[in-house]
Amino acid sequence: MPHRLTAARSLTRRLAFGALLAGFASLGPVKAAEPVRIGLVTALSGQSAKSGEAISRGIGLAIEEINRNGGVLGRPLELVARDDEANPSKGVLAARELIQRAGVVALIGGLDTPVSMAIVPIANQMKVPFVGPWAAGTGITRNGAADNYVFRVSAVDALVDEAIVAYAVKTYGAKKPGAILVNNAWGESNQQGLVAALKAAGLPSAGIEKYEANDIDMVPQLSRLREAGADALFLVGNVGPSAQVVKSLDRMGWAVPVISHWGPAGGRFDELAGPSAARVHFVQTFTFAGNDSPKAKAVLDALKTKYPAIKSMADVTPAVGIANAYDATHLIALAIQAAGATEGPKVRDGFYKVPAYAGLIKTYEAPFAPDRHDALKPDDYIFASFRNGEIVAVSK
Amino acid sequence: MLTGTLVSGLGLGSMYGLVALGFHITFAVSGTVNFAQGSAVTLGAVLGYAFGVQLGWPMPLAAAAALAGCALLGLAVERLLVRPFVARGSDAWLLATVAGGIILDNVLLFTFGKEPRSLPSPLVSAPVQILGAGIYPLQLLIPVVGIAAAVAIRAVFRGTELGRVLLAVAQNAEAARLMGIDVARTVACAFALSAVLAGAAGLLIAPLFSVSAEMGALFGIKAFAVAILGGIGSATGVVLAGLLYGLVEAGVTATLGSGATQIVVFSVIILALALRPNGLLGRAAVNKV
Repeated sequence: MPHRLTAARSLTRRLAFGALLAGFASLGPVKAAEPVRIGLVTALSGQSAKSGEAISRGIGLAIEEINRNGGVLGRPLELVARDDEANPSKGVLAARELIQRAGVVALIGGLDTPVSMAIVPIANQMKVPFVGPWAAGTGITRNGAADNYVFRVSAVDALVDEAIVAYAVKTYGAKKPGAILVNNAWGESNQQGLVAALKAAGLPSAGIEKYEANDIDMVPQLSRLREAGADALFLVGNVGPSAQVVKSLDRMGWAVPVISHWGPAGGRFDELAGPSAARVHFVQTFTFAGNDSPKAKAVLDALKTKYPAIKSMADVTPAVGIANAYDATHLIALAIQAAGATEGPKVRDGFYKVPAYAGLIKTYEAPFAPDRHDALKPDDYIFASFRNGEIVAVSK
Repeated sequence: MLTGTLVSGLGLGSMYGLVALGFHITFAVSGTVNFAQGSAVTLGAVLGYAFGVQLGWPMPLAAAAALAGCALLGLAVERLLVRPFVARGSDAWLLATVAGGIILDNVLLFTFGKEPRSLPSPLVSAPVQILGAGIYPLQLLIPVVGIAAAVAIRAVFRGTELGRVLLAVAQNAEAARLMGIDVARTVACAFALSAVLAGAAGLLIAPLFSVSAEMGALFGIKAFAVAILGGIGSATGVVLAGLLYGLVEAGVTATLGSGATQIVVFSVIILALALRPNGLLGRAAVNKV
């Protein structure tokens, strides 16, 4: 079975990763004091390994910068990483172990929404801040806990849905959009978000259709949306089925604008969908390509120096993982600094005291507040499309 | 919408029919089946991708090489996972072929990777408009290949020396052996042919969909349902059941939405088997005492 077979591989990767971490922890000039540890729980093996690698690189670079500038509270910052294999129960075990045995001050990670949702109650019970650099499930930060320790530097489904509705109206003048969503928890979360966002925008819906992740032909569902008069299409799904939607649209000869959640960014969308891939505009929080901010250039150069495996733009995908994790790590360090202590409740309140931070994605002004645990807002999202194998921003 | 549903249903249906024909052939000759048929679908597509895209061979050559690879798989399955158990009078080949399929799936997962890739084909570059529906030429080709394979297999069984040998082995292996027929080689051939049919289905479906290490699993299960539904001893029944299955599946998706597809289709199968326990064109086995 897959898990058995991956065990040996993931162990080697973990060992290699540990060696890597041990390597850069000793690089910083601050060596004498006991390090402040933060724990990473993410998928480092299996299908999401590439995204986990992007997150690890973003964190690694940020920690190197922080330690070069004196660390936090005069102590070096150190990362302890665990592989959750995209499995919620493994994520829970890793989170407990990191808090209780490794004594981490804060957790970062939870690549998949189900893994993040499983870690949320532990972070809240054990009063250790948990910062998500990836998973978009609305309920992760809006978890209903009276004492909420969960923060996020990433997209949020409910806000993505607001953003794609606004983009359809502004860019395409949509008056009656339809939606085609994958039939799982992620599609469900966005169905609620889209219904709410359309209602808020005062737009009628042409209908919301579902498809199974292994469907080959989406023509029947799309035909119903066309007959209902849809003038724009919202798409939620992973890269494979998203490509099948585009192929089905091609066969129907239906040139409707397609605005998508960030599923297409997770693989070789342009190869799978063919030339029509470029017609799909999807949400991102960050791209290196087409980004001429000096900070983006500096970070890209630093990444190339630190990780010689990075040779071209294609090696810094998913860029959102690198950028979200990079900014999240700096924000964690600033929160610990603002708290002046490493106890969980103090660090949590430290997040509310972070005044301003000129990050990679944007300049954060008071990024968190007791009623606002998401650092990124709909107007921070950018829309991008595939051009010659690269994800390129099409507009802000 | 009706044209599109029909074409899509016939296309998928003939794929199920091709894979199910593989179940039929080995069952008819040896009374055993290869439950790794789904993995043979994957192998056909993955090898087609490796030879045609990664190594850049011309597509007909790549397809032939991929099918040869599938034939080798069929031979290996028979030699390693079926013959040793049948020789001891055990039914453990059942689990052995399932296990073999899982092993192959995971080997493909590691070598090919989890990321789906695209197998380009000139037959899916531009859709043609037929009765208001956009259809790729490949979608028209697939049912043709499916039905042609069924007709060819029927003709081989009925009209050639090889067919007579296969039928002789099917009817009475012991008597066939006494008549000088190499039974073991005949059964091995049946397994090879069975895997080739599954590989052809994988090669045909890949340009419409994408090549991935997990593409065949569901195919194998559906094709076995189709084989049972058609009556596993009847080639015509199996292909007919495949086409029916594809049409019902596409029809349900178009009218009730894909959330209802598997529920309705498998309910229909259970109902059909309750009414005709030996399948649409199958005959009850005669137990001589």
